[in-house]
Amino acid sequence: MSKLITRRSVMAAGAAGAVGTLTTLPISMVRLAFGGTRDDFTFTYISDAHIQQIKGASFVRNWDMGLKRAVAEANLIQPESDFVMFGGDLAQLGKKDELDHGGEILSHLSSKLHCVMGEHDYYFDLGEYWSKLYGPQYYSFDHKGVHFVVLNSILTFDEWTFRRWPTAEQRMQEMAGLDNPNSSPFMVGEKQRNWLREDLAKISHETPIVVFSHSPLQKIYKGWNFWTDDAEEVQALLQPFNSVNVIYGHVHQIQYNQIGNISFNSVMATAWPWPYPQSYAQAESHLPVLTVPMNRGDPFFERDATGWQLIDVNSGRVAARYQLWDNEPRTVAFDHKQGRPVDLAFQEPTNRRLPQSHY
Amino acid sequence: MRRTLAVLAIGFSLSALNARADEFTKADTDRYQKEYLNVVADGRALWTSGTLGTNGVACGQCHPNAANTHPETYPKFQKQLGKVAQLFEMVNWCVRNPLEGKPLAADDPKMTAIISYVNQERRGVKLAPGTH
Ligand code: HEC
Ligand SMILES: [Fe+2]
Ligand SMILES: [Fe+2]
Repeated sequence: MSKLITRRSVMAAGAAGAVGTLTTLPISMVRLAFGGTRDDFTFTYISDAHIQQIKGASFVRNWDMGLKRAVAEANLIQPESDFVMFGGDLAQLGKKDELDHGGEILSHLSSKLHCVMGEHDYYFDLGEYWSKLYGPQYYSFDHKGVHFVVLNSILTFDEWTFRRWPTAEQRMQEMAGLDNPNSSPFMVGEKQRNWLREDLAKISHETPIVVFSHSPLQKIYKGWNFWTDDAEEVQALLQPFNSVNVIYGHVHQIQYNQIGNISFNSVMATAWPWPYPQSYAQAESHLPVLTVPMNRGDPFFERDATGWQLIDVNSGRVAARYQLWDNEPRTVAFDHKQGRPVDLAFQEPTNRRLPQSHY
Repeated sequence: MRRTLAVLAIGFSLSALNARADEFTKADTDRYQKEYLNVVADGRALWTSGTLGTNGVACGQCHPNAANTHPETYPKFQKQLGKVAQLFEMVNWCVRNPLEGKPLAADDPKMTAIISYVNQERRGVKLAPGTH
């Protein structure tokens, strides 16, 4: 237990006289009212663990610690979440050993687990072993009046996937480098879009929809694949619904946006943070203007700018509580008056701290 | 002593040919640029290599296109190092910690390559030494 408590949280807990509590954990969930018969509920979102094998039974300690800590904390929250989503990139290079090691850590979760496919899980064996462990790569389920859809958004051109690379290892390596010019843009593809159209045909337009994808179903920066090539086509299928929420991993940073009826929220990685694309001086990015960026990570605190989140859809829209280790938690929730997600503390420019432009 | 005389002799003989110290041709600048870009390419290879450290982790995993390395701000005071540090010291900090590797000497050709790559990806940004 004491292993999970950081220096900062121990100091804060000590100051408050509450020794042994994890100060980053909310004591109880905020309940938001929503008309109708749905029960309030919360789910946990853990993403981008990037479990990386060094050799044999040895794995990169840093990434292991991120996932272990998220799982341990997720098991402590009260009331327990209804289910846990894992948002993809469980492995670093899609190896069976990595998926097994990560799967072993995830197996300690006390709630039901649903998984999303990430490119790091996929491009070694095209998702074969992952599917053995976690089942179909795209599916939907209903929970307490909300329709949840999981997509595999990290597919790409057949030529790239099936014909370009001499070995599966090389294909995985080429896709694993975020800034690698040899990689290829992500897409959902026609087959899944047709499936999605049929899946949604049975759903009333009043039903809140939550779509889980690994890559953003919007276009932010192609150079790092913060991008889905057929994003507009997928969005068009979702726009007729009154409350649509897309939650994505992959970007290892907080982003949020509103496009028509669709709200977008990203989730954090447990492994490591990424710089915002606008910090790359040689390219232009399209980070949604709504996003209040995270502080820059502090490399002297290994878990800084990583974390996990508690999410509810009690208002029909996503409220995401980011549990940020070694940093202050943030909440990004839909504002019904403004019709878009906002950061509950920092959205107004006058409420922002001098951004931590250094560590 | 004999060496100095020899250098002087060369100097005299060159000026006798009317050469000036700062004279270089397009072929020269092309060659300088090529030499530099070769070292940048070596730096990019090290940046994305899992063998620079000991645990298979590469700099590029956390710093795509060397983003968030801010070479323009060095030298600067690093609170955690407790002194004004140079870029190579922060490079070594990341070599030792996330990569669990051995620090490189300041003039190690690998360090030169890494620093060349970092600066190349940051070209065009104004120098801002000492800032954060
Ligand atoms: C686990 C992730 C991670 C890895 C791997 C990593 N770094 Fe870092 N590094 C960081 C973070 C986070 C920062 C702080 C970024 C900032 O200041 O915005 C940082 C900062 C730096 C800085 C100083 C930035 C500044 O603004 O002063 C340099 C230089 C640097 N890293 C070089 C490297 C090199 C070289 C490697 C490979 C040997 C490397 N890093 C590997 C996470 C990482
Ligand atoms: Fe990832
Ligand atoms: Fe990813």
